[in-house]
Amino acid sequence: MNYQLNHLRELESESIFILREVAAQFENPVLMFSGGKDSILMVHLAQKAFYPGRIPFPLLHVDTGHNFAETIAYRDALVERLGARLIVGSVQEAIDKGMVTEEKGYNASRNGLQTVALLEALEQGKYDAALGGARRDEEKARAKERFFSHRDEFGQWDPKNQRPELWNLFNGKKQFGEHFRVFPISNWTELDVWQYLAMEKVELPSLYFAHKRKVFERDGTLLADSEYIPKKPNEEVKEMMVRCRTIGDITCTGVWPSQATTLEAIIEEIATTRMTERGGRTDDKRSETSMEDRKKTGYF
Amino acid sequence: MDYQSSELLRFTTAGSVDDGKSTLIGRMLYDSKSIFQDQMEAIEASSLRRGESEVNLALLTDGLKSEREQGITIDVAYRYFSTPKRKFIIADTPGHIQYTRNMVTGASTANVALVLVDARNGVVEQTRRHAIIASLLQIPHLVVCINKMDLVDYNEAAYETIKEDFEQFAAKLDVKDVSFIPISALKGDNVVHRSEHTSWYEGPTLMYYLENVHIASDHNFIDTRLPVQYVIRPNTDEFHDYRGYAGRIAGGVMKKGDKVMVLPSGFTSTIKKIDTIDGELEEAFPPQSVTVLLEDDIDVSRGDMIVRENNQPEVEQDLEVMVCWFNEKPLQPRGKYTIMHTTQEARCIVKEVRYRLDINSLHRDLENTQIKMNDIGRIVLRTTKPLFFDAYRKNRITGSLIFVDEGTNETVGAGMII
Repeated sequence: MNYQLNHLRELESESIFILREVAAQFENPVLMFSGGKDSILMVHLAQKAFYPGRIPFPLLHVDTGHNFAETIAYRDALVERLGARLIVGSVQEAIDKGMVTEEKGYNASRNGLQTVALLEALEQGKYDAALGGARRDEEKARAKERFFSHRDEFGQWDPKNQRPELWNLFNGKKQFGEHFRVFPISNWTELDVWQYLAMEKVELPSLYFAHKRKVFERDGTLLADSEYIPKKPNEEVKEMMVRCRTIGDITCTGVWPSQATTLEAIIEEIATTRMTERGGRTDDKRSETSMEDRKKTGYF
Repeated sequence: MDYQSSELLRFTTAGSVDDGKSTLIGRMLYDSKSIFQDQMEAIEASSLRRGESEVNLALLTDGLKSEREQGITIDVAYRYFSTPKRKFIIADTPGHIQYTRNMVTGASTANVALVLVDARNGVVEQTRRHAIIASLLQIPHLVVCINKMDLVDYNEAAYETIKEDFEQFAAKLDVKDVSFIPISALKGDNVVHRSEHTSWYEGPTLMYYLENVHIASDHNFIDTRLPVQYVIRPNTDEFHDYRGYAGRIAGGVMKKGDKVMVLPSGFTSTIKKIDTIDGELEEAFPPQSVTVLLEDDIDVSRGDMIVRENNQPEVEQDLEVMVCWFNEKPLQPRGKYTIMHTTQEARCIVKEVRYRLDINSLHRDLENTQIKMNDIGRIVLRTTKPLFFDAYRKNRITGSLIFVDEGTNETVGAGMII
């Protein structure tokens, strides 16, 4: 017998440990679910962590209202299958209530507004831990993120004053009104996620596989043609074989030309690609530290 | 699929910009094709904006705004790359600022420590500091990369002198496996590709070493330890009487049918089943996360530990601990702290500081025993309830603990039980 786990099983074991630690250390955790592959992975790992019991926390979807239709269909089917509770934090509602003002212009996105809807939903549900599917390889500010990330009463992240994390010991202690963001898949890379989803034969939204879609090009990124994105006069819509590498709000999620229609083909494609997956995210391109700036105020 | 046989190796690097650490990491990422085009373009653009003449690879690791402004690394950054044989996680720790705190954090989970030495300067204070921390934290493998060999004309004698110096110093340390590799991170010698300039060197390249170093024995497979993390009780019709003890195996190999004992109660039972969603396991080993079911209905909860009857950990309230202090407020003699150990929590009082360790000279200071931020020392604790532990040397999971300040909830120190 060879007592050595392969890297995917070792990552799985680490993530399950974190998920159980959250269930044990916090009173009222919630799992942030976007419908993307990382949150699908999180749900899959949570099922494993608590089997044969149910996942002991609800799912929270912060809905910008500007979704790919496929995302919502997938989300609803998953929730039904798990028998889980779904909470929807609505950006539209936050706009209607006058809590936030919608951006205007061609590059308008509701991405930034999600922070307000998220914090509102966390406060309303009195959640003391929000589990997220962020990974350290995604973005340079996330490379410095802890597994257990402390947030003050305003939901703010203080990157210079983070708690050291050693061994298997995670300190989730907090004052009343503060909460934690917890990132169980911190150590996974994009390739690990795909390899694992293939190994485990997890069903995924059709958006991740190459399909024909009407798209147009803006600042070197391909965007899906949608009623939510006003087009400039010179922007021409064409039909192409594309797929999503990440799934977020439709207004800021780029699509990629691809012929990959199976998980194996996707893995092959990622292993040889020369661009990071967030290379298509226009929200990250706003400035050099846009992720850090958003995270400090409470973004995912 | 070959990726299903690839192992995970965690290593830590330490050093300052001058050692060429960023260049080395950049070289490994670049040569293993782990730097993406858009990342490269982004750092090229930032370097240009800063008026730097060359692409600054440190910008890959320095992600925070204040780090970029000050040109320093503040915090541990995690980097990832993989080759067909292994996936690597680098804990990249800064060399100067808060070095102890960050190095200890990075070292706590590492299989391998890379210590960089500038071939022109030889073994210096920082080299010794890194080696001492690697030894204290019991990193199983240490690699001394003698860098900038191109600047000493790939001279074998320069390499040998440094190797002997280091070996002489390391004899005083508790390090099991030390290797030496002459490299030039800048030119790429012996990093991924074998150098044409060091025909006198017969060892592996750094990448070959990292891909092949034997890590299967880095866990303790002898002393069975399962700290109970969470109790799974579905309370459904299908799983009416199900009580599963969930946790990550900290030591030993657990098998169905094993006679076990639960601490602190001392009750004994037999393993009925090791359960997962994908079916039962015949046996389980570290670092697997599993759910264990017992034959008998006994009271088990979070913080308890499942062990073998004939191989029990120490059960004590008085502990001797090497502590690394992380907080601006020094360790308080007679002070009370919360400690987190495995899945257990207790309070403790600091009964005595035996000495403060000078981590440049290994000198034990018995006079000036205040343990300040980034200091290391040996202390005596008394806990409110017994802990079930092994010496850190024997098991890095059951032998480690953290100190939490009862007022601020901050993690203020890390301890290794002697």
